[in-house]
Amino acid sequence: MSFLEIQAVSKSYGEGSTLVHALIDASLSVDRGNLVAVMGPSGSGKSSLLTIAGSLEEPTSGDVLIDGKSLASMSYNDKARLRRRMIGYIFQDFNLLAGLTALENVALPLELDDLSPRKARIAAMAALENVGIAERAGHFPDELSGGERQRVAIARAVVGERHLLLADEPSGALDSANGDAVMKMIRGACKKGIAAVIVTHDAHLASWADRVVFLKDGRIIDQTVPPPSVESLLEPGPTP
Amino acid sequence: MSVRHALLALLSEGPKYGFQLRQEFEEGTGDVWPLNIGQVYSTLQRLEHSGHIESDDLADEGPQKVFRLTEEGKAELDLWLSTPTDMSSPPRDELVIKVLSALRVPGVDVNDLIQLHRRHLVELMQQWTHLKDEEADTDLAFALVADAELSRLDSVIRWLDQAEGRLMRAELEPAVPSTVPRLRRRLVARR
Repeated sequence: MSFLEIQAVSKSYGEGSTLVHALIDASLSVDRGNLVAVMGPSGSGKSSLLTIAGSLEEPTSGDVLIDGKSLASMSYNDKARLRRRMIGYIFQDFNLLAGLTALENVALPLELDDLSPRKARIAAMAALENVGIAERAGHFPDELSGGERQRVAIARAVVGERHLLLADEPSGALDSANGDAVMKMIRGACKKGIAAVIVTHDAHLASWADRVVFLKDGRIIDQTVPPPSVESLLEPGPTP
Repeated sequence: MSVRHALLALLSEGPKYGFQLRQEFEEGTGDVWPLNIGQVYSTLQRLEHSGHIESDDLADEGPQKVFRLTEEGKAELDLWLSTPTDMSSPPRDELVIKVLSALRVPGVDVNDLIQLHRRHLVELMQQWTHLKDEEADTDLAFALVADAELSRLDSVIRWLDQAEGRLMRAELEPAVPSTVPRLRRRLVARR
């Protein structure tokens, strides 16, 4: 069984004439060490898929299994604990707390999970080092560039023993070099065994994934097949 | 793209042998553009004939022959570099024609055709990104080539996204006859 199993999930909002089907019978599995991108236009259900996978929202029907455990059968408190310990989130607008330094932002989820402040800070510093931004640890978010803020957000998402990384348009409004850097870090986290899902409308970001799943009008309509050998790319084409 | 001009550019660094030019061309394009040696020599022959390069007449034909840039060749190279590359070719892309054709063929779902191509393009982008991730830090030429390919593929995907949206809207709102004279459109396309 895969680390993340989204099983026949549907999600509707509103009722009667305002009923909207955001997701219809969507299923997706993501193994440890794998990066899956979900691509689709605005309103295709990408964000709903991600928030349901991360237990931030309940599906109307269907279930999500994380490490074999069904979210549908968990209590509110169990889910909160699972989110703190297992799941890291990266949002488009970074969602850093303005009153905390970079280091404190990254340490926060560990402290909320009852780790001692000293241990939490040591782990947070290591996470900041991993994304190459340790020297900015003492700065507040508004003293950091967009690229630096997103690095802090990634450090916060993978700090501790997280196993699942969920990212919504993770490069936000960053330029393409910073976007590549963000995806490189997410890939790096996957190499250490984390399962990751990113949702994006940007093919550049999606192309970093092992598998790209296409969502349209709430349904998964297609996915990429694993690429053939790299060498096949370099076979001589037509002469110029 | 002009292999001729790329060879002139390599010769602007100094006299070189034919096999050396081939090797430097391939390395300088990130090893994604293989050239056969026959093509190199036939291009050099044409450049020599047109006076853009010259060779040591005393040496035999073949690998020992050294080529150098002439003044005419330098002027041609400068002109090429300072002239905008012609990007204004008429929109006769095969994919565009295929989508337009599919609209007329009974029983063909143009959205399926769009998705088929979108997936194919994303798969190609995955391969380039994978290669770039492995090699871009060590090979600048390759990184530039990979960026160019990724941008090109991405722009085609954006067009497919746009086409899909436009077709969806067109289903909801019937088209209004165009007011742009056909002749003017043709002139724009030919410019």
